[in-house]
Amino acid sequence: MADLETPAPVADEVVVPGGPVAGGGRGEFGVEARSQWRMVTRRFLRHRLAMASLVVLVLVILLSLVGGRVWKYDYTQITPEFSTGPSWGHPMGTDGPGHDTFAQVLRGAQKSVQIMLLVALFSTGIGVLIGAVAGYYRGKVDAVLMRAIDLLLTIPTLAILAVLSNKVRQSGSWFGIALIIAALVWTTIARIVRAEVLSVREKEFVEAARAAGANDWRIITRHLLPNVVGSIIVAATLTMAAAILIETTLSYLGLGIRVPDTSLGLLVSDGQSSAQTRPWLFYFPGLFIIIIVLCVNFIGDGLRDAFDPKQTRVRA
Amino acid sequence: MTASRRAPLLEVSDLQVEFPTEDGVVHAVRGVSYSLEAGEVLGIVGESGSGKSVSSLALMGLLPRGARISGSAKYRGDELLGLEARDLNVIRGKKVAMIFQDPMTSLNPVHRVGAQIGEAIWAAGVLSKGDANKRAVELLDLVGIPQAGSRARSYPHEFSGGMRQRAMIAMAMANDPDVLIADEPTTALDVTVQAQILETLRKVQGETGAAMILITHDLGVVANMSDRVMVMYAGRPVEYGTVDDLYERPRMPYTVGLLGSLPRLDAEGERLTPITGSPPSLLNLPAGCPFAPRCPMVRDRCLSEEPPLYLTDEVEHVAACHFWMELGGEVIATEVFEVTTVDDAEPLS
Repeated sequence: MADLETPAPVADEVVVPGGPVAGGGRGEFGVEARSQWRMVTRRFLRHRLAMASLVVLVLVILLSLVGGRVWKYDYTQITPEFSTGPSWGHPMGTDGPGHDTFAQVLRGAQKSVQIMLLVALFSTGIGVLIGAVAGYYRGKVDAVLMRAIDLLLTIPTLAILAVLSNKVRQSGSWFGIALIIAALVWTTIARIVRAEVLSVREKEFVEAARAAGANDWRIITRHLLPNVVGSIIVAATLTMAAAILIETTLSYLGLGIRVPDTSLGLLVSDGQSSAQTRPWLFYFPGLFIIIIVLCVNFIGDGLRDAFDPKQTRVRA
Repeated sequence: MTASRRAPLLEVSDLQVEFPTEDGVVHAVRGVSYSLEAGEVLGIVGESGSGKSVSSLALMGLLPRGARISGSAKYRGDELLGLEARDLNVIRGKKVAMIFQDPMTSLNPVHRVGAQIGEAIWAAGVLSKGDANKRAVELLDLVGIPQAGSRARSYPHEFSGGMRQRAMIAMAMANDPDVLIADEPTTALDVTVQAQILETLRKVQGETGAAMILITHDLGVVANMSDRVMVMYAGRPVEYGTVDDLYERPRMPYTVGLLGSLPRLDAEGERLTPITGSPPSLLNLPAGCPFAPRCPMVRDRCLSEEPPLYLTDEVEHVAACHFWMELGGEVIATEVFEVTTVDDAEPLS
């Protein structure tokens, strides 16, 4: 279509007579222009499964962060009833010594969620930085960083986690465990970001930015990263699911959070032996793990669909 | 840095660019020299691969890392070639700005147009962010974007090709550069828009008094816009002179052929003269004049000896042809080139 530079289609603005070229235009159509973000939000909001998951996840997070403080029992408190099944007083029953399982699950979920969020934050930070630098500078920088990542990936995750967490366990902090997990899962994000940056850096607007005198840092932060933010968000979300599973595994193996504190993995591990006789000790923490991981994965799915420009039709 | 007052605004001498490739070294630019004064417009014409873009990208330090650049390019007496990125960024965008060929991909799709221009101004460090954004709107207005205030808040994909190129011009002018390099600014646009963009360029150039290097393969564009023209072929200038002189009295058969293959409104009924063949590979250039295989006036000397730029009968008019003297006075293309290819075509009724 020939571009006749008709006056812009701005809502309720009358066409200015004597615009640059007489195109006889009448402001084209009254369609409101949509920014990329608005389109992504819209697509995400229409992704029912992801939205439902988001709601559930937010509820679980709120419950775990706030619930522990409000619930009538503390997770360390030993109640007179021991080994009782779910009842009004103890919705998830109690364990052998008389701990309220609900209080413990809340505490465990809180630790898991804290670790999950911290891992997401750290691993995204490192991953984006390393990935962007490798992708932007290419050449030797890229080779060194990528080979380092390859090396990191050849080491069995669980083995290295076991060794490292043993050190941190002396202090027993969830913070240390989150750092260790983050130190291992950032590689995925780095690879994704590098791949995207490699393709975006060849775009002409990057050259235009360079011609306009933008330095490397500015090009990376203002021109490259905003263009790959979709992939970053999706990768970060999926990392969160991985983080919670790794933490659970560690705790289950007795390498993560340790008594007297508790986490979902630890609860599952403790409840495992009595899964036949006192199933509530095993199934409730397990249910929480499944809910959190499923929700995070569904949200990641929804985000990926929402950011996919080829996605024209929104799935159920 | 002490720039001499009397140094030309931009002086390029014996610029050479080579790209080492697996097949050998590509001699993309083989000795380009020119100088540019404030307010002057230099048109660089040539076909694809003649080195016109590469020679300009070299000035801006935008060539890929493997490129080998030699020669000199001085901005107000200061050498540009071989500068570190940090020093180059003082010049780039602020003193020498560039407009690219494809406006569709030259704007960052994730930022609003006004913000992109505003940022270019703000990054120069003179104005505050708020003032920079105001200036961006003024610039958009200057380049003829209607309702610049609201259009500044649009994203690039909401702009048409012509509007984006206007926005690119606005961005290039953001910091009031002394030199504007327009690399085929109208090639990606359709004809009606081309004229508007050229008009905008001329207006902006006139208002700011910037010098301009206009790279194009459109001789009509050059005739309209430029003061002087450099014709490039196979990586080197083959003719250089003022527009009027060069168009009236070309002294190099290639230029004659180019002009003869251009339809003109004032030459109705005349045959167009195509230049047969294609340009030589820059990987291994034949000895002698690179144009010799396609030249209707070719002699033995042309095949063995590459012509230097001879000073012709006009002042400041140089041509790379051993036999430029044979092209005396006003040259008619049909007398030099044979009209063969479209011989007996029935004229369209």
